[in-house]
Amino acid sequence: MAVTSKRETYLESILKMGYTRRDFMKFATYMAAYMGLENSAVGQIAHALEKTPRLPVIWEHYQECTCCSESFIRSDHPIVADIILDKISLDYTETLMAAAGEQAEAAKHDTMKKYHGEYILCVEGSIPLGDDGNYCCIAGKTAIEQFKEAAEGAKAIIAWGSCASNGCVQSAKPNPTDATPIHKLVSDKPLIRVPGCPPIGEVMAGVIVHVVAFGRLPELDGAKRPKAFYAKRVHDSCYRRAYYDAGLFVESFDDENAKKGYCLYKVGCKGPMTYNACGTIKWNNGVSFPIQSGHGCFGCSEDNFWDNGPIYERLTAVPGFGIEHTADSIGKAVTGAIAVGIGAHAIASTIKSKLKKSEN
Amino acid sequence: MKEKEFKRIYVWQLPVRIFHWVNAFSIVVLAITGIIIADPPALQSNHEAYETYYMGYVRVTHFIAAYFFVAAMLLRIYWAFVGNKFAHWKSFVPFTKKWFSNLFYVIKHDVFLLPYNEKKSKLLHIKVGHNSLASFTYLIMFILALIMVFTGFGLYAQNTSWWLPKLFSWVPVYLGGDFTARLIHHITMWLMLFLIFIHIYFVIFHDVKDKDGEVSSMINGHKFEPNK
Repeated sequence: MAVTSKRETYLESILKMGYTRRDFMKFATYMAAYMGLENSAVGQIAHALEKTPRLPVIWEHYQECTCCSESFIRSDHPIVADIILDKISLDYTETLMAAAGEQAEAAKHDTMKKYHGEYILCVEGSIPLGDDGNYCCIAGKTAIEQFKEAAEGAKAIIAWGSCASNGCVQSAKPNPTDATPIHKLVSDKPLIRVPGCPPIGEVMAGVIVHVVAFGRLPELDGAKRPKAFYAKRVHDSCYRRAYYDAGLFVESFDDENAKKGYCLYKVGCKGPMTYNACGTIKWNNGVSFPIQSGHGCFGCSEDNFWDNGPIYERLTAVPGFGIEHTADSIGKAVTGAIAVGIGAHAIASTIKSKLKKSEN
Repeated sequence: MKEKEFKRIYVWQLPVRIFHWVNAFSIVVLAITGIIIADPPALQSNHEAYETYYMGYVRVTHFIAAYFFVAAMLLRIYWAFVGNKFAHWKSFVPFTKKWFSNLFYVIKHDVFLLPYNEKKSKLLHIKVGHNSLASFTYLIMFILALIMVFTGFGLYAQNTSWWLPKLFSWVPVYLGGDFTARLIHHITMWLMLFLIFIHIYFVIFHDVKDKDGEVSSMINGHKFEPNK
């Protein structure tokens, strides 16, 4: 292709930025390890970054807090931020691009036209559909118009974070703006969901590098999440799992068990229901993750996690019964009612048969 | 008081009885271990985590009981096609005229204890198998059991590499995550327990009232019907 041959490759960009070949190889190894690939894949990644021209990326922001971008630029390896983000941001990303206003929009439309069918569309944030989409407007257009326009020529779409992949806090009840995750708005494009509030920076880098290096989306699970990072529950890789299996639990945050570092299951840890890589990759360059810091997981990468019951309790409120009523409190009440009913029935039938006997 | 004569009828065939008790036992184990898993009691222990495996044993018991539950369920589905008329699937599918009249009869006279005329009551003989209300309850029970199997195996699929539970791994995804699957699993347990409490009460009630050997029928297979 005439157009692509003019674009510089990732390796060229990296060397131009002042990194050595050695840094580059370390980066390739690093990424392969995060993606859970075998040794031979390091060469493939290095080769792909050496030969592949830089992938044009448009990064759209809708209803969100930018925490996904924040997480991404803090990902472990400097090359991620410097090269991948720096380079992709050249095309379009509201938060980090140098251009503003008309120039920014012009740059975006240039990319969309020039690389039609080639660029990757990254979406951060949910899209409001309520009130004709007027809750979120950029450059005089509603988010849904912007998105449809950008999605039309995209090769693939990446939904960054919980907002784009499941609606997150904006779509929590009562969802005033009718915030909608993007997989419900597009069906004819390859799409990958990378949930989390935010997703782990290394996970985001791993997804991008995979797309770049292998030219296709990584292997996805039934919920369109990359298997390499979302195949296991936080519970499965949790270093406190041994306490769970032993039945040793923190009963309240200030008790002796909490000091001993027991399992946080009973104080509401959602790790057993949450698919993410926090236990293995961790956060802030591998320093810690919520459970390691003594706080339960609250399931930020799961659909609808804001409405799925209280953060510090195990039991989920039953829909339609109000916040205070868990399945167990209702169950106990109904069991009591049944016991009363059975008792009444038994007494009534005994009295009845006694009466009958006395009649005879 | 005049003597009543009874006829002994073979109702519950052996596979039905085996199903009943395996099912009953596994439900008791599943409910107890399930409640412990949902809200584990506080253990005061000086043991280190590597010395005990309490929660692990509770969970593995739950999973083993689940396999027994499913095995019994499959046996019962098979027997619903080859068993006698009391066990046949047709005896559970409601909505015939006869079924409705029996349903109203049972609700009127067994549940609300309204007086009835024994001589006039032609429908009395239907009670040898399941009465309409009971068969309808067991149909609901079967649907609840299916919900339990689907959500349970869906949640369990993550713990195993065997293909059978893996067949259900789409369930939590379809429901919108493990949160919802778990909540449905938990609520359905309560619904099953409600029906079981009522079931046990009415079995004893009929045994006492009708003297038809209802309780022991699930052990020896025979019920007693009054001679007309």
